[in-house]
Amino acid sequence: MDEFMLIFRRDHESKENQPSPEDMQASIKEWLDWKGSLAAQNKLVSSGNRLRPDGKVIKSDKMVINGPYAEIKEAIGGFIVIRARDYDEAVEMAKDCPVLRAPWSGSVEVRMLVSESNS
Amino acid sequence: MEEKELIPRLFRTEYRKIVSVLCYLFGIEHIEIAEDIVSDTFLSATELWSLKGIPENPTGWLYTVAKNKTKNYFKRHALFAKKLSAEIKYSSNGVEEIDIDLSVKSINDSQLAMIFTVCNPCISAESQIALALNLLCGFGIQEIADAFLTNKEVVYKRLNRAKEKLKIEKIRIEQPSPAEIDDRLNIVLITLYLLFSEGYYSTSQDTILRKDLCAEAMRLTYLLAENEPTNKPAVNALLSLMCFHSSRFEARINEEGETVLYSDQDTTLWNKDLIDKGIYYLNQASKGNKLSKYHFEAGIAYWHTHKEDTTEKWENILQLYNQLLQIEYSPIAALNRTFALAKANGKGKAIIEAEKLQLTDNHFYYSLLGYLYTDVDNEKALKHFKTALSLANSGADKAVIIKNIEGIYDTGKSH
Repeated sequence: MDEFMLIFRRDHESKENQPSPEDMQASIKEWLDWKGSLAAQNKLVSSGNRLRPDGKVIKSDKMVINGPYAEIKEAIGGFIVIRARDYDEAVEMAKDCPVLRAPWSGSVEVRMLVSESNS
Repeated sequence: MEEKELIPRLFRTEYRKIVSVLCYLFGIEHIEIAEDIVSDTFLSATELWSLKGIPENPTGWLYTVAKNKTKNYFKRHALFAKKLSAEIKYSSNGVEEIDIDLSVKSINDSQLAMIFTVCNPCISAESQIALALNLLCGFGIQEIADAFLTNKEVVYKRLNRAKEKLKIEKIRIEQPSPAEIDDRLNIVLITLYLLFSEGYYSTSQDTILRKDLCAEAMRLTYLLAENEPTNKPAVNALLSLMCFHSSRFEARINEEGETVLYSDQDTTLWNKDLIDKGIYYLNQASKGNKLSKYHFEAGIAYWHTHKEDTTEKWENILQLYNQLLQIEYSPIAALNRTFALAKANGKGKAIIEAEKLQLTDNHFYYSLLGYLYTDVDNEKALKHFKTALSLANSGADKAVIIKNIEGIYDTGKSH
């Protein structure tokens, strides 16, 4: 078993892509049930964290700019770490992630963690 | 009360108190001396009370005799007494100065210190429970053997090995410092939780013994909740969980000692006082910023005190399981979570989740699949129940599965 980070991205900027408070409320249960499902399969390594949409970026010249999202509209909204046999299984698990559906319509990036055995 | 009944009852309540106080005084290396003195005290009671009748204040009599026997022991073993009076900060003007304090406060302090000594990770969880039953709960070796469904020799060896280990490791009999308390308390709570479960889920048919185990686990947890430094949210959450569970004790075992399933329980047998106590301690448990697994388990147990099948109930239980599993995975929690999912989100969704679990060596897994497929696809349901039956060991589990299989055949006939 390897560990994979699932990174959730969505558009935090465009006005028309922001969920209503009701939509958000309705989506909470989906997220809780999805994480519960991963935990019930003993495949959730870390519940991770949600990130606030605002942030700072420090460039190589130490210039500080606002917002983590310089070139693209989508920004990281949160992450978790799961346990899976391989990329195929990790991707299948990620396909159930609520971020892919309305009202978020975002994306999931799947990245294998470097461990001592696979470095 | 007859002396025949009185002595065993006093043994259960007073033996552990005097042993704790003496152990606290003597230190772990002299634990047997403490046990011998107290056993000898009870032996004297048995001999004298049958001849001269029961004294007016039997407990006071035991305390006085235990004190005298301790002082006599000191006189006969002057070196031991000298060493002891130097160790413990009493003015060492002689043996008479060593104070054997059997006040309620001293007993409680000694027992609290002993809880932490017994629940030390240098000995196995099994040994911790056996030692706790012996030293903290006044259980005899035969009773412990009955509780573990084993024989006296095994328990005797286990207890002696555990005591030796505590001596070798020079474990001090004391309450931990405030800085260590959370870590140490964690281990204590695991042992108390196991002790309670031993009584609650034991396959032993001895209902009285099982109740005693639960009651003792609750008494010790209560002792921690009543003591300011150990009165932590997790302690209250565990106590709350124990209250909710034991509120169903009368309802979940019938007169033949068989388990009555939750759905078949007579709610008039649920103990309202214990449910109220559970709610009280759950509120106490919420006065903190950390949630332990006991919080979630107590929350789940709270919702089970509502017999009505409402969406609100099952949605709450589902979310509590979702969180519990994120703190600590266990197959049984995963199965229960999937059952709650069926109740809250429907069988269709629960079947998809259940198929992912693949707990293929667990008969409860197949029983769950059998339940989920019942009335959805009865052929599959039957297949799963039959697999469950082939994996189940205990007669009680088999009986429940057979009942389910018969249920499916019966509905088949009526169609």
